[in-house]
Amino acid sequence: MILGKYDPLKGEKFCMIDENGIAKEVASLPDAEKLKALYCDMVKIRAMDDKAFSLQRQGRLGTYGQLKGSEAVQVGAAHAMEKDDWLVPSYRENGLMHLRGVPLSSIYLYWAGNELGAKFPEGSKILPFSIPVGSQMLHAVGLGMAANIRGDKAAIVTCFGDGATSEGEFHEAMNFAGVFNSPTVFLCTNNQFAISFRSTKQTKTPTIAQKALSYGFEGIVVDGMDAVAMYQTVSEALAKARMGGGPTFIEAVTFRLCDHTTSDDASIYQDPKEVAMWQARDPVVRLKKYLTSANLWKQEDEEKLTTDVKKAIDEAVAVLGSANKPTPEDLFGFTYAVQPQLDWQLRDLKGVIERKSHGN
Amino acid sequence: MAIKSNLDAVNDALRTAMKKDDRVVVLGEDVGALGGVFRATAGLQKEFGEKRVFDTPLAEAGIVGTAIGMAMYGLKPVAEIQFMGFIFPALNQLFAHAARLRNRSRGRFNVPLVIRTPWGAGAGALEHHMESTEALLTQIPGLKVVAPSTPYDMKGMLLAAIEDPDPVIFLEHMRIYRAVKGEVPEGHYTVPLGKSEVVREGKDITLIGWGYMRHLAMHIADLLAEKGIDAEVLDLKTLAPLDSKTILASAMKTGRDIILHEAPRTCGLGAEIAAICSECGLLSLKAPVERVTGYDITMPLRMSEKLNIPDEARVLEAVDRVMNF
Repeated sequence: MILGKYDPLKGEKFCMIDENGIAKEVASLPDAEKLKALYCDMVKIRAMDDKAFSLQRQGRLGTYGQLKGSEAVQVGAAHAMEKDDWLVPSYRENGLMHLRGVPLSSIYLYWAGNELGAKFPEGSKILPFSIPVGSQMLHAVGLGMAANIRGDKAAIVTCFGDGATSEGEFHEAMNFAGVFNSPTVFLCTNNQFAISFRSTKQTKTPTIAQKALSYGFEGIVVDGMDAVAMYQTVSEALAKARMGGGPTFIEAVTFRLCDHTTSDDASIYQDPKEVAMWQARDPVVRLKKYLTSANLWKQEDEEKLTTDVKKAIDEAVAVLGSANKPTPEDLFGFTYAVQPQLDWQLRDLKGVIERKSHGN
Repeated sequence: MAIKSNLDAVNDALRTAMKKDDRVVVLGEDVGALGGVFRATAGLQKEFGEKRVFDTPLAEAGIVGTAIGMAMYGLKPVAEIQFMGFIFPALNQLFAHAARLRNRSRGRFNVPLVIRTPWGAGAGALEHHMESTEALLTQIPGLKVVAPSTPYDMKGMLLAAIEDPDPVIFLEHMRIYRAVKGEVPEGHYTVPLGKSEVVREGKDITLIGWGYMRHLAMHIADLLAEKGIDAEVLDLKTLAPLDSKTILASAMKTGRDIILHEAPRTCGLGAEIAAICSECGLLSLKAPVERVTGYDITMPLRMSEKLNIPDEARVLEAVDRVMNF
């Protein structure tokens, strides 16, 4: 049991593999296949994220919010989730959304500003990610309330950052989750920055996790750069939720190893020494160190992984390059189920486009 | 006179106001050391200190609600909402409190508060970063809503807004933050709120716009001049309360009105302006008042947003209809 064992009020933090790649209790680790899968997926989402950055710099994507530094949180959560679990993400969970079934090409298309990228595969229990900070957690709580009403064994993961915990809707979501025993896992990636604003100024409490106690449920601080600790904590919180045990708050402590978005310049407000210190705790490097030292990972494994990841990304970029632009129907068609009052406006736009294409 | 961008004019106005009156404070997300995501508040914290220019936790209702308290205490808060699309958590504070505290206290309290927020589409930004929800705000009695479009007005109207005894929503169009430059006087001056301005005289047709649309209207007027059509351009400048007198005078002079706005068509400000023209100037009109607006849809993402913004082609077609009615 992890929940209940680490008290946020005492400053306790859960970690399985430390920044030097050394496991605290080898016997408590998941099996080798799981460890390797966690590592491979971190490599994959980092490469996907790096590619998105370079595509943005080439002008092929619009503003993009990188996830660098939170790979362990996203991969740990993805592996902890089961098929029927719901995901209610924010804009930074591109890696997690992909691992839960959103094609890489859809992610690239969305950030290119193409509505067609927002069409996730049928049946995926993933809500559209939320850009207005802190507004989505209530939806996760509501999904859980509905499952309770219907008597379903559901569980929901909702993701947000440290900044979101200052919004009024965060309080409302936490309170409702407690009151209605919603099977919700609040997964807070505390990357220590809301654009330029430090998490230490966002709240006067030493941890964010301790706030859960005042809503009547468990909160835990986890090393968010340790994919194994994240996987185990989210797994346990989800199992608890499915069993009717209600909500859990997980504060994953990381560091934003990138700008807020491609429109930002973090060098104005980040201290290079602090950045270097956190780079040394890199979640991807850390797990590789452990795998290598435990003889679970060889150079040829790394080479194959690199090839596979490159292929997947190349395929997604090819789709981005060949995708259709949204049509006027794509822009109008999802405003209402039935929309006679918009018919003439749609005809108007199509007429304008038609006349422009004839140069008059 | 110095040539400045709209963005620099905002910065100049804030600095001028803070020098003149130590009750002026600036608050919002990232407005301090970073100087705002657009750098509108750049250098202010360094110059005036952290007590007068400060970052807040990420909470729009918190920013506006506490700014209301500060204003009632006697300060002159200028709060930034990072993008207009994020103003909604603060609407309860604006609607239920800022706009009506004067009325609810029978004049004992007033709320000399300014909310600055970037608005408008066309800059290729993300969802929620391209909104034009000005009509929602103009429906709140007690709020003033202004949307300057030139650096001269940006500075002068921001200074007027800060000196105004009532809450003012100050809209800064993102697409023309850096793209539009113009002469800005040194030091303190104000441009009155509540006044629209004929920025180009004409006799055949009136084009009305605000924000980026004012600049589109000027461009269209140039094109029409080549065709022998003499267009008048009205920069609305203040959206609430509306300057009906100036709107009506122009409509009665030209008899032909086209209103341009990025916001959705239905219940947009264009409808209100058209109603003013028909209520008070019907017999002077030579054609129905036309609106060229955003469609009644969610603003498309970056790749398609310009399809939803009134452009040269759509406005020229409307001009044809009105001139040939």
